[in-house]
Amino acid sequence: MGGRDTTLVLLDENGIRCDGRKVDEPRRIMIKAGGLKNADGSAYIEFGDNKIIVGVFGPRDVHPKHMSNTDTGILRVRYHMEPFSVTERKNPAPSRREIEISKVIKEALEPAVMLDKFPRTAVDVFIEVLQADGGTRCAALSAASVALADAGIPMRDMVAACAAGKAADTIILDVNNEEDQAGQADMPIGYMPSLEKITLLQLDGVLTPAEYKKCVETGIHGCKIVYELQKKALTEKYFGNGEK
Amino acid sequence: MENKRKYVIPGDVITTGPYRPEQNVILDGNKIISTAIGISEIYDDSIKVIPLTGKYIPKIDDLVIGKVVSHTSLSWELDINSCYVGFLPAQDVFGRDFSAHADELSSKLKSGDLVAARIANFDRTRDPLVTIADRDLGKIDSGHLVKISPSKVPRLIGKRGTMIQTIEMATGAAITIGQNGWVVVSCETPEGLLKAKKAIQMVDEKAHVANLTDQVKEMLESKGES
Repeated sequence: MGGRDTTLVLLDENGIRCDGRKVDEPRRIMIKAGGLKNADGSAYIEFGDNKIIVGVFGPRDVHPKHMSNTDTGILRVRYHMEPFSVTERKNPAPSRREIEISKVIKEALEPAVMLDKFPRTAVDVFIEVLQADGGTRCAALSAASVALADAGIPMRDMVAACAAGKAADTIILDVNNEEDQAGQADMPIGYMPSLEKITLLQLDGVLTPAEYKKCVETGIHGCKIVYELQKKALTEKYFGNGEK
Repeated sequence: MENKRKYVIPGDVITTGPYRPEQNVILDGNKIISTAIGISEIYDDSIKVIPLTGKYIPKIDDLVIGKVVSHTSLSWELDINSCYVGFLPAQDVFGRDFSAHADELSSKLKSGDLVAARIANFDRTRDPLVTIADRDLGKIDSGHLVKISPSKVPRLIGKRGTMIQTIEMATGAAITIGQNGWVVVSCETPEGLLKAKKAIQMVDEKAHVANLTDQVKEMLESKGES
């Protein structure tokens, strides 16, 4: 995490951000579906310098048994950061932050998955952050959605996620680590592009109503970019390049 | 009338209009949305998506290959490659006059045994009930087990069984396909067995490719020459 760099210029006079991006430009994103043999479904995402791998199991038996629900299947998500994912070793035990992110990702995926078809079962999503650089919850959510689709879990829609925020008094798309630390606001958004519904919305910082509106719009724009890449990843795995 | 097959992923709008949603699609307003990765098909007024991935969900009357995992004094439990275990009651094997003291379940089926079974009953509330009391059902004594993805079983069977007939004829193997993705191949000759297994695996890998039957045929024949 480290101390804040006071000389850092978040946005220069030409509208270029500290990592050379424009205000409405996301980082380089690469998504790959599959990759893990033993999981029922998996995905790997590189979102700027974030590197995250997701494995999905299920639907399968619930253990412990008392957690099962006779009406519907249950979704369980574990978000975990590797000790080597940040500059200073992170204790591998689940931190308060990881428990929170596990919960919000679970709740962001729940509207999309149709687990009522599998009563008394569980779908487990394991998210491992190999390298973190701000915006891992969005990257993890996007990858988890691809992994769920890869596992063949029925879904109403994919969930794409991207953050928007405010730094140097400007609304920006896809907040990176520096902008998160030194910026004024960070708003991760999870979005179902076909149903046009928001499944995750958090906000850390202060925004005026006008800025808030713009921020949501910017975030949704980012989600749509992510969605295209999710689509591409799944198409590549299942249909090769033979587009019909 | 559009009857186009399309590759879809969850959330894709297949079409709009007054169609009847069938497998793996949902209706949202007047949009028909896919819920799985697969190939969408439009028949007359109904729409379905043939999934390319996913676990086996038991359906009544499906033939499945199961593996005995354990037994109690009254029933066996079968692994049917699903999220639920198959429940095989002892009466099914011993008949009506089954007695828990007199009959020993492991004398008929031991854990590890493979059986061909039919799903007799399944609803959301209980584990699927399977039966082996029918012709062609029961313990499988010989053959090789090949595991494929359950979603690709229809492809392995082919239209009106063309694919499986092609493989059986070219190799002389007898193939039992469980809807759960487990396939038992038995063959007199080891070459035929290997070839049949290879063909099945080929179908599993290339399920989305068009005119796969011809490709499989080609593979089976070319191997015969060399």
